[in-house]
Amino acid sequence: MKILVGIKRVVDYSVRIQVKKDGSGVETGGVKLSINPFDEIALEEALRIREKGVQAEVVAVSIGPADVQQQLRTALAMGADRATLVETTDAVQPLMAARVFLELVKRENADLVILGKQAIDDDCNQTGQMLAALWDRPQATFASAVELKGKTLRVTREVDAGLEVMDVDLPAVITTDLRLNTPRFVKMPDIMKAKSKPLATLKLAELGVAPAPALEYVSYAAPTPRSGGRKLESVQALVKELRDRGVLS
Amino acid sequence: MNKILVIAEHDGAKLNNSTARAVSCALAVGGDIDIAVFAADGKAVCAAAGKLKGVKRVLRIARPENQAPLAAVLAPQIAKLAAEYSHVLAPSTTFGKDVLPRAAALAGAAQVSDVMKVVDPYTFERPIYAGNAIATVKAPAKPCVFATVRTASWSACGEGGSASVVDQTVDLVLPLHSRYVELKKDESGRPDLQSAGRVVSGGRGVGSKENFAVIYKLADKLGAAVGASRAAVDAGFVPNDLQVGQTGKIIAPDLYIAVGISGAIQHITGIKDARTIVAINRDGDAPIFQVADLGLVGDLFQLLPELEKELDKV
Repeated sequence: MKILVGIKRVVDYSVRIQVKKDGSGVETGGVKLSINPFDEIALEEALRIREKGVQAEVVAVSIGPADVQQQLRTALAMGADRATLVETTDAVQPLMAARVFLELVKRENADLVILGKQAIDDDCNQTGQMLAALWDRPQATFASAVELKGKTLRVTREVDAGLEVMDVDLPAVITTDLRLNTPRFVKMPDIMKAKSKPLATLKLAELGVAPAPALEYVSYAAPTPRSGGRKLESVQALVKELRDRGVLS
Repeated sequence: MNKILVIAEHDGAKLNNSTARAVSCALAVGGDIDIAVFAADGKAVCAAAGKLKGVKRVLRIARPENQAPLAAVLAPQIAKLAAEYSHVLAPSTTFGKDVLPRAAALAGAAQVSDVMKVVDPYTFERPIYAGNAIATVKAPAKPCVFATVRTASWSACGEGGSASVVDQTVDLVLPLHSRYVELKKDESGRPDLQSAGRVVSGGRGVGSKENFAVIYKLADKLGAAVGASRAAVDAGFVPNDLQVGQTGKIIAPDLYIAVGISGAIQHITGIKDARTIVAINRDGDAPIFQVADLGLVGDLFQLLPELEKELDKV
């Protein structure tokens, strides 16, 4: 089987985000960039399916500027067999990303697509669902366990009410939640090995994908900061204050 | 005139409170508001939805396939209904996050996720970077605005409405490739951490897995969900599904009590939209006090039993 894994480059989760003074965006100059954490989980899951003895080719795909090759090399070092970068300097929103992935899925004849449930920059949580819609195939979002049974996947999903279990027929799209797995660390020899793995580059314009409707990002602002309150002398004072504020009855 | 369709979230018997929050957002957009209830039967859910303030009609789309909330089954029906509306809204819960982008893509529309504020019927504020920045976005009017509503930003609309319930059929062949198996509910009987109105969380200061009993006890007294800091999870005191923070759950309860939590930035990111934050910590200089509305400095093993006793007094 062929497994496609989406890799998005984002500002590293440890960076404290600053909104630009003129509200035109978020400071991304000089900050550390990494693979979206949920995408690392997606890749790890694909590798585990392959390591369980399923004959599988794992292809890491990304959309972004030319230097996203660096993150794709990391994906190859983790264990992906090959990678494809769809090159563009434009910001790509979820519906457009889904259209691009659909084109790749068709070219590759993929059986399974694993994506992160959301990217930690725009926090949209849409691309996997949109791809599944356009592909007319099942989606199993927010996965915390995946079990392959022939041509069917049994997926446990993290939903607000608990854990939902569903079966989906392949081909299908899975999006990953945090608890699905813990991604492996990349070892030095793997980094060397990754240098000789195939990494193809396509220009977005050459892909023949029609531009998708998109939101206009008008402006950005820092959230209203929370200021500290006061310390109270006793438990009695705390309960009284909470009751006065209507927080407790 | 805007025509807004709100997708109801329910479990087959009861309307989820997130629906009333999404209606509040619809009221802020302004226009005629309908609620769609997809269910096998759904009569009780429709009756509850019809009472919500400002709702004009409740559409009951009853068919056996709608028994379980499967996105692949519901989305084509939503996309078809959307043709009659200027806006389609759903709560930004795991239900709405799963189903609405699929419907939007089928309708050929972009989606606005996690609406915090309505600027005008096509312009919205939404959080990015885990709420560390707020973006103002403008959605194209055509074909239709699809948006999920960040439930923590909206209070439930009141009741007092008397909408008519209309039986609606959506003529579509639905896919069989996705099958619901079961829902494994949390057996503790405590409210769900993500949507609870009150949360008591413990941190490294609690000291051990056994000591966490004091956190559970206070939570049960308050009818609260239990959470934990990453440090407490990493130390093995509690399972990691209780983790609150940037890489865990981002929550916004009415009352958040942080016990023995120092307040690392990654934890603060997960709680900063809580209405009232209470910190209980031995160290008066802990960063948690910089964001807490109310604080108590002292030994948690002494203060928590005292707090329980005080809560018993009327």
